[in-house]
Amino acid sequence: MPKDASGILSEIKKGYIINQLKSGKRGDGRSPEEFRKITIIPDYVKRAQGSAYVMLGDTKVIAGIKIEQGEPFPDTPNQGVLTTNVEMLPMAFPTFEPGPPNEDTIEIARVVDRGIREAKTVDLKKLVIEPGKKVWIVFIDIDVIDFDGNLIDACTLGALTALKTAVVKAEGMDEFKLPVDNLPISVTMVKIGNTLLCDPSVEEEQMAEARITVSTTEDGHIRAMQKGKVGSLSIDEIKNAISISLKVGSALRETYIR
Amino acid sequence: MAETKQIVFPGEVIEISEIKPRNGVYKNREGKYCSEYFGTVQKGDDYIDVVPFTGHYFPRRGDKVIGKVIEIGPSMWTIDINSPYLNLMHMNDTPWKMSSGDIKKYLGIGEYIYAKVMTLNEIKESWLTIKDVGLRKLEGGHIISVPAPKVPRIIGKGGSMVNLIKEYTDTRIVIGQNGLIWIEGTPENILRATAAIKKIEREAHTTGLTDRMTEYLKGDAKNGN
Repeated sequence: MPKDASGILSEIKKGYIINQLKSGKRGDGRSPEEFRKITIIPDYVKRAQGSAYVMLGDTKVIAGIKIEQGEPFPDTPNQGVLTTNVEMLPMAFPTFEPGPPNEDTIEIARVVDRGIREAKTVDLKKLVIEPGKKVWIVFIDIDVIDFDGNLIDACTLGALTALKTAVVKAEGMDEFKLPVDNLPISVTMVKIGNTLLCDPSVEEEQMAEARITVSTTEDGHIRAMQKGKVGSLSIDEIKNAISISLKVGSALRETYIR
Repeated sequence: MAETKQIVFPGEVIEISEIKPRNGVYKNREGKYCSEYFGTVQKGDDYIDVVPFTGHYFPRRGDKVIGKVIEIGPSMWTIDINSPYLNLMHMNDTPWKMSSGDIKKYLGIGEYIYAKVMTLNEIKESWLTIKDVGLRKLEGGHIISVPAPKVPRIIGKGGSMVNLIKEYTDTRIVIGQNGLIWIEGTPENILRATAAIKKIEREAHTTGLTDRMTEYLKGDAKNGN
């Protein structure tokens, strides 16, 4: 499918999005708080210990879980280890290049990781085999297959679904489901003019002044926040972003993560 | 579901009698005609075509295309027209009088033009021109993209389909052979025209599409206004 390649946003598309916003709508006809169509296939990779395939509009990501035995960090001898990694494959978008991850990739991985870690989604204390010596290490690996904006939310949904399907197993040991609870849902918004738009598309992300992600759990606690891009957000806008995130996030949780 | 056209796979034998094979058809060793693509068979009065479902746009001389400026040199622009090859436009091929060095005043990076493929060399690098009737820099409106092989379907026989959309949605539409489409109108009308074009794109392989599009647009116009 031909796309607005080479990452240059045209004046025509910019003008069109701004014109549409004047009538309270977005370029593709959505309302400001509406997400694109979400499809989640849990257990997508049968040979992985846990996996999920997420389609958020035309953004597609695959998340996989690998659980291995290893040494704990010296400062947390009684806890398992959780690491998150995001890979942007060159086939996903014309400007993505092969090689070591760049800043944007690392940012996405860290925001996804922060939400999951701070919500204590994975009970790391239950992943200890021998305190101080041997614990389970949980790798969350997310591959971006196709990019059409809002990777943070797509990756979070993928990581959570994959964690929910994950099984800890090794030869000579009992199998058990990964202890997963308290799931954080992230909602990313961009600011264009004075409006906050949820689930931005590529074009909206490119022309936005500022971006903010808020991850919340079911009990209404904020588990992670990240501000991106150069523009500024006022205190009222951030408060507004938090309330949108709580509202939209709980709807997403009801529909897709239960 | 409406009746679909004959769908063929690459290498599938197509019965051809008395009419000439044209695009997307090759002759195998046994002298039979086979399809080159995964797509539909299109039979005309004196020719037969295989139209692929997806694929790139390959420039041909004389095609009118919509392109985006992605780079500016001292005397020429590099234009992205969705093709795998390099496309350039020299400042002498524009209607504007200018000297080299300040050409970005007239056409900046990220702006769209409606241009014609003027020449094509043996490695398919093409030169574009906007020095002809109707060709210009596009301003305002919105750009959407469809796969290039679907463009003839969206235009319709003698422009019947696109005129239908223009009439019912009250928009101005310019279609490039490379699959980029420029639409101008009020925001709601642009969305309605986009939805209609996406519907054609989805159902391009079915027959009797013009009649169904008329029905669809009539219903749409009633709901819209």
